[in-house]
Amino acid sequence: MSRLEIDELERKWLSVSLAMIGLFVGAIVVTAVSQGVHPPSHVETIDSASLHLSQEFAEDKLGVQPTPLADGSLQVRLVAGRYGFYPREIEVPAGRRIVFRMASMDVLHGAHIPMTNMSTMIVPGYVSEVVSVFPKPGEYPMLCNEYCGLGHDHMWSKVTVIAQENWREPATGGKQP
Amino acid sequence: MNDATVNRLTLFNFWVAFGAFGLACFFGMYQVLERSGLFTFLQSPAAYFASVSTHGVLMAFVLTTFFIMGFGYHTAARSLRRPLWNPPLAWAGYGVCVVGVALAAIPLLLGKASVLYTFYPPIQANVFFYLGATLLVVGSWFWCVIMLVMFAQWKRDRPGETVPLPMFATAANALLWLWTSAGVALESVFQLLPWALGLTDTIDVGLARTLFAWTLHPIVYFWLIPAYIALYCYVPQAAGGKLFSDVLARTAFVLILVLGLPIGFHHLYMDPEQGAGWKFLHMVGTFAVAIPTLLTGFTVIASLEMAGRKRGGAGLFGWIGALPWKNPMVLAAILSLLMLVLGGFGGIVNASYAMNAMVHNTAWVPGHFHLIFAGTVITMYLAVAYKLWPELCGRRLYSVDLALVQLWGWFIGMVIMTTPWHILGLLGQPRRISAVQYNSVLTLSWEPYELAMIAGGSILLASACLFVYLLYKTQTAGEKVDAREDAAADSNHGAPAWLNGFALWNRLILVLMVLSYGYPILQFFLLKTHSPTAWGY
Repeated sequence: MSRLEIDELERKWLSVSLAMIGLFVGAIVVTAVSQGVHPPSHVETIDSASLHLSQEFAEDKLGVQPTPLADGSLQVRLVAGRYGFYPREIEVPAGRRIVFRMASMDVLHGAHIPMTNMSTMIVPGYVSEVVSVFPKPGEYPMLCNEYCGLGHDHMWSKVTVIAQENWREPATGGKQP
Repeated sequence: MNDATVNRLTLFNFWVAFGAFGLACFFGMYQVLERSGLFTFLQSPAAYFASVSTHGVLMAFVLTTFFIMGFGYHTAARSLRRPLWNPPLAWAGYGVCVVGVALAAIPLLLGKASVLYTFYPPIQANVFFYLGATLLVVGSWFWCVIMLVMFAQWKRDRPGETVPLPMFATAANALLWLWTSAGVALESVFQLLPWALGLTDTIDVGLARTLFAWTLHPIVYFWLIPAYIALYCYVPQAAGGKLFSDVLARTAFVLILVLGLPIGFHHLYMDPEQGAGWKFLHMVGTFAVAIPTLLTGFTVIASLEMAGRKRGGAGLFGWIGALPWKNPMVLAAILSLLMLVLGGFGGIVNASYAMNAMVHNTAWVPGHFHLIFAGTVITMYLAVAYKLWPELCGRRLYSVDLALVQLWGWFIGMVIMTTPWHILGLLGQPRRISAVQYNSVLTLSWEPYELAMIAGGSILLASACLFVYLLYKTQTAGEKVDAREDAAADSNHGAPAWLNGFALWNRLILVLMVLSYGYPILQFFLLKTHSPTAWGY
């Protein structure tokens, strides 16, 4: 037998299934192409053992950067390490594009600010870059959501989102509020 | 005939599987209690993470592998109606797997391998953990060889005939597992073992995660296919009808085999070491592999409807009530499909590329896979055990009523436990924490859900204990019967050659795997990577 015998009902259901899947994938394609909505996928390597000697992730270079990027976004540099994201407290303005650049100094970590789309894995040997905009001012926890050792439960830091009118650019990188 | 050999082999495999299952449920119960924070004397991250690692390894590796091997031996011998090929090899594979489990169990239980079942380098476990896990996989390859040889021998002896559906699916699963396990085997042999033995100092975590992702998605189809075999081959008969479409069933298995493999990067959506284009490619495949599951849902429900109408059910929904709800296989299928619908919905959210950021690594994820794996898949494993135990032991099932209570309990417990997890995930609770330590008002919104979790866990543990008890009583005290049961349904339709073998599909898989994993793996040898050293935990 060469030709498949497919029941009429099956044919209909197959069409419905394909249409449904096509709709889901289509929605993702449209947002990815027109809005540039992608998961954090910044393939950039770094030596996790010598972050303290690097231009970017040395202790005095961390935190909210004083000079905005060319497109007006603010850059935030964080080091993830057992058991916190350093600096432990940062302040960022609401409604502005924030570019987080993060690197691990030891093992795997994950950063997530609940109720927002700020989320990324932090893999030793790689720089994670993730962009988010926080519309609402308030205090947000940044939680480690990847098992990183027996102290994992305690790994979190504080992100304070400040209303735009109260926001002051920090004078130097690495300065903690 | 060597029926007795096959029965013995199947029982030996099944007892390891379900023993691991019962034990793992106790670990699970401890975890919901510990995590709730209501019992301060139980609080211990060291015990919790050792428990999570053991629970994961027992459920995902031990229960599944041994069940699938036992079910495969049974299916091959019964549906092909020929003796098992090379029983000594089967026992050797069993032995390798058991030694592997024992080797891995020692460091796990001593808290020397609290790296979770996904390994997580650069956190390093005791070398025996990696060695044991590797042996378990190697032992399972013995099974794959036996299944594929029996499949080929049958086809050689009966040219032009269609391989019975259960064996077609089992051979597809053996092939799938060979492809699937290659990823983790490469990680283990070239990265984890040399590193844990001290032969190398560092490990490329990006490469390790990529290789593990290769295995991590199709492994769930390795677990799922036996459940689908039961849905296609046992359920329609048990309900008093027949399979709606043999061709569509074969198509679904082939689609799972081909599309299930090249899509592992949806586990790496949030990872920095792979580019957006590759993740996008794997995302499209991830959605495509929903098709065979949608087909399965249709075919199984259509088969049930035909059975229900034959039994006198009328009207749009009347056939549902007319189904034999008191048959464990039918009840399991209904509950299993219900959980598949709920879990499948969550899966679509997880698969959705950037939207996954909202739920990634939150409690939503264990909520999702407990519905699909512990719900859909395990429920069918339980039903298969209830069906096969009587014929394996030559005794009647100890109590059908208790079996029904057990299945309902498993369903109700799973729904009560996973619903709060989904909500907690949306509220941002991370999945792998042993206690809530954050000093944030957000955590107040999490509190009400802890009690529901404990209630669900308790029902599940009771249900699991009842299951193991029923198997034990059936084997030791069940009424003796001369069990000559019906083989799984095999409607020998003339299926086209491409639905009766895997030569074409195997080549297609090779092409798809090279396309979707070729450069993403190669890049680690082209990039200047910096591999970290080992860390404890």
